[in-house]
Amino acid sequence: MAAGPLQVKGEVISVRRVGAYSHVTLLAPGIAERVRPGHFVALAVGDATSSTLLRRSFSIYRAQERGVYGGTVEVVLSAHGPGTRWLSERRERDAVDVVGPLGTPFTLPRDPASCTLVGGGYGSAPLFGLADALRQRGCRVDVVLGAATEERLFGVLDAKRIAQSVTVTTDDGSMGVRGRVTDVLPALFERAETDVVYACGPMPMLRAVAGVAAAYEVASQVAVEEAMACGIGVCMTCVLPVVGDDGVTRMVRSCTEGPVFRGESVRFDAVGTVPADAYGAPQGSGH
Amino acid sequence: MADLQTSLASAWLPNPLATASGCAAMGRELARFFPLSDLGAVVTKSVMLAPRSGRPTPRMAETPSGMLNSIGLQGSGVDALVEHDLPWLQAAGARTIVSIAGGSIEEYALVAERVNLAPPGSVAAVEVNISCPNVEDRGLVFACDPMAAASAVHAARRALDPSVPVLAKLSPDVTDIVAIARACVGAGADGLTMINTVLGMVIDTDTLRPALAGITGGLSGPAIRPVAVRCVWQVHAALPDVPILGVGGVRTGLDALQLVLAGASAVSVGTVVFNDPTAPVRVLRELDEALDARGFDSLAQAVGYAHRGLEV
Repeated sequence: MAAGPLQVKGEVISVRRVGAYSHVTLLAPGIAERVRPGHFVALAVGDATSSTLLRRSFSIYRAQERGVYGGTVEVVLSAHGPGTRWLSERRERDAVDVVGPLGTPFTLPRDPASCTLVGGGYGSAPLFGLADALRQRGCRVDVVLGAATEERLFGVLDAKRIAQSVTVTTDDGSMGVRGRVTDVLPALFERAETDVVYACGPMPMLRAVAGVAAAYEVASQVAVEEAMACGIGVCMTCVLPVVGDDGVTRMVRSCTEGPVFRGESVRFDAVGTVPADAYGAPQGSGH
Repeated sequence: MADLQTSLASAWLPNPLATASGCAAMGRELARFFPLSDLGAVVTKSVMLAPRSGRPTPRMAETPSGMLNSIGLQGSGVDALVEHDLPWLQAAGARTIVSIAGGSIEEYALVAERVNLAPPGSVAAVEVNISCPNVEDRGLVFACDPMAAASAVHAARRALDPSVPVLAKLSPDVTDIVAIARACVGAGADGLTMINTVLGMVIDTDTLRPALAGITGGLSGPAIRPVAVRCVWQVHAALPDVPILGVGGVRTGLDALQLVLAGASAVSVGTVVFNDPTAPVRVLRELDEALDARGFDSLAQAVGYAHRGLEV
């Protein structure tokens, strides 16, 4: 029970604009203490009578056990729908109901290793807590951040503070190398003698990173983004096809079994479908 | 504090609050937030005979005060339920209502037979889900036809230990829910669960395509509460002695009270769990307070109270 998630009445400490995103700091007593890199929180949107029922899940950018006010968690969001807009419009002291920490976090190497962290857009948020944890274990940390444009990058300064090297890519060339994160990975893998790559961001980017990692025999862990209704593992909406250690593909929940998976275990080519060989897949023309 | 004890046919419950099928998985995840023994009952996700992968994603779309889902009864099958989930729920002190589903009359019978293999005392009741909109030919779910509904209920009833009450879960997507209710009771249902989700559809205006991979899905949440209250009301008026487990858009204690006043002896909390994982225990507390505030000494006094003095 002690390590499980909590539901707490959180309080907004601050909402700040960062490039194209909002950085929200929430007082969430009890939650911060339990957070490990890769965990996420599910935030309720609106008050107890809100017509927007489903929680919004966000990976945790930072968790501080002992802030001035108590334990805080920080998330980064992009206001593009009614829920994220509501959250981005909160003011200091506003109440926000927080459930967390949720999900299966990143696995950290037992011994010092060379780690490359790859983030797409604000999906890079959980990489910074991860980088801290890796550094504490004596790991080498190299960071690659990619986005469509400069203003859609997140955490470049953070990364410079933490990492051995920081490589930035943008689709339009407005900052760093013009192109995709995967364009720069092979050279980096070679230079840093990367053992493991950690990636978070949009699905196509995760797929590409996992592919490059496999080609270069680098282990990979990806934090997936799937639409979740509950975040706590009861609704079964956020499933994707993942191959288990037994070689069997199952439709597993990204909220509970994930969001972090080994890159090679996710069947990216089949996301959005139920592969015919999946456990319990419909047989013949059944349903 | 009102006396909250209630019963669904021969199943005694210390209080009327249950989870709703499909909104609590098999109980383990919610047990991280509150003791399952605090609830009157846990209703499991519907199980079928074989493991099922469910439907492709996207499986969910948010709607005003609700959501649409097309999960497709993903699950590990009845044997896993009997072997792993029911013993766990029993150890957790939960009273479990097992929801079963089938793609054919025979499957209902086979699933019910397997449920009989569960550890003694681990099954408080069996809910026969004849109304899931995400399986089979959706226009022809069993609950839409009195004969088919009766056959499914009969098959389950015959296969189950007679001491285990059978609840038939009805769909609101019918012309005359009372006729279906009568058919189910005639086929051996000891009680009724109302309502399942309402068949709905959302079209994504960016992609210009249906939002769900399954095209249509089941609408749930507070948006459908008035439909649930109406169904419970109509069936309780026609069959006042048949116990009803009321389900549909309950978010607060007063919402639960509406279903009780309409005729429900117990109330399930479903989609709102996604919004508030501790909703089942909160709603129970609020219902208790609401009964007190209205001078009811017991839940039983309030069941069907709204029918008093009305000609139906």
